[in-house]
Amino acid sequence: MTNIIVELFSYDFLIRAMIVGALISLCASLLGVNLVLKRYSMIGDGLSHVGFGAMAVASALNMAPLAVAVPVCVIAAFLLLRLSENSVIKGDAAIAMVSSGALAIGVMVVSMTTGMNTDIYNYMFGSILALDVTDTIFCVILSVMVIIMYIFFYNRIFTVTFDETFAKATGTRTGTYNMILAILTAVTVVLGMRMMGALLISSLIIFPGMISMRICKTYKKVIVVSAIISVVCFFTGMIVSYVFAAPTGASIVVVNLVVFLISGIVKLVSR
Amino acid sequence: MALIECNNTTFGYSGEIVLRDINFELKGGEYLCIVGENGAGKSTLIKGLLKLITPIEGKVLFGDGLDANEIGYLPQQTMIQKNFPASVIEVVMSGCINRMGLRPWYSKNDKRIAREKLSLMGMAEYEKRCYQELSGGQQQRVLLARALCAAKKVLLLDEPVSGLDPVATAELYDLIKTINEKMDMTIIMVSHDIHAAMEYATHILHLSHTQLFFGSKGEYISSKAGKDFISVGESSHLYG
Repeated sequence: MTNIIVELFSYDFLIRAMIVGALISLCASLLGVNLVLKRYSMIGDGLSHVGFGAMAVASALNMAPLAVAVPVCVIAAFLLLRLSENSVIKGDAAIAMVSSGALAIGVMVVSMTTGMNTDIYNYMFGSILALDVTDTIFCVILSVMVIIMYIFFYNRIFTVTFDETFAKATGTRTGTYNMILAILTAVTVVLGMRMMGALLISSLIIFPGMISMRICKTYKKVIVVSAIISVVCFFTGMIVSYVFAAPTGASIVVVNLVVFLISGIVKLVSR
Repeated sequence: MALIECNNTTFGYSGEIVLRDINFELKGGEYLCIVGENGAGKSTLIKGLLKLITPIEGKVLFGDGLDANEIGYLPQQTMIQKNFPASVIEVVMSGCINRMGLRPWYSKNDKRIAREKLSLMGMAEYEKRCYQELSGGQQQRVLLARALCAAKKVLLLDEPVSGLDPVATAELYDLIKTINEKMDMTIIMVSHDIHAAMEYATHILHLSHTQLFFGSKGEYISSKAGKDFISVGESSHLYG
């Protein structure tokens, strides 16, 4: 076991993957609790499809994928929130339309230009081991910013999540904080796509929060435990993927799933 | 000068009128009950008073240095809250959000105020308990403590007893009465319960898309709107 960990840390590309992965897992787990509680879980999934579309277009145009996908996803998050507040189109329908629309555009662009290549495959299933130094720096800066913003707005995010009407009545600009939450989620989703792929990123957002809410009863504990679970599951997933030569993203999701099932059994037994 | 005043004020959403020509004024320490059937415009008036919507015509005037976000509000509970993982103190603290300004965290003073309001509600020993495990009546007390943290002079309660059993209902009404009398807090309560309104309120505002009656409780009993509504309330009380 120790040998494996020493081995893992002896490669530069693995160290980069570990640093970026741990930070992104942290961001995803913090935001995940709020998204699950606000019944916004599917926004993460929808945004990842938008991210896929944006990255496909960027790669067809030979642009930097992250630099294109981050702003596109932020705009999409903004639109999704606006659409959800609009009573004509219901929130889940809005997400389904935006995400499948973006996916379709991405697939069209891919098939007309480069065809299904490794890049496209990586956007779908993740490629954390292929991060170069520039990507690493970009990911670290953005995810640290997400974490700082989250901590800074922690109390306000709690108030808005717990009771939006009350928050609004006492003069909190709830629209602004929903928007901040959406922007942070968009950034996290795009970064997480490098690691998990468009198809698996929403599990990184949802699982740690769900597990933590089964164990903990206060908001602060839920947040802290969710962050710990997420990072631990990430490292375990990395080891599993290294030992069994399995895809990283899928390994992390499977570890999360196992922990989720165990937490369910523990809860049943402890009753 | 009145604490809250409406002069021929009309409320609605995106140009569509829901409630027209509202005229009332409320002074410090009074206890107003807003009554009316479902869809009469009670929630709309509340949103108007909290300045969550702007009136289509007329104004909502605040006197005595009152500001809209200094009204302590007890909204109806949502499904999300009933299963929300939070401790009691975390919920009560969130009532201090309007005095945070640009600070990202609560101050010691905020925490002291939250504890003080919680013990006023008789819930001090529940501070660290999980909110979702409390009974309905206890949850309402916690939310009342939160509203008091935000309130300077006025509490606005939106059907505070809905879903509570008779004992918890009576306790909560008594608690609200104490807040009104001991803390000199002005109360605005939306209620379906005309009997409670007649027992506790000093003033009644009866709505049905417009204002059917505003005045003191004594005047309401002898008014036509009052007679009709109270007798309906009584028969539904007897047979319901």
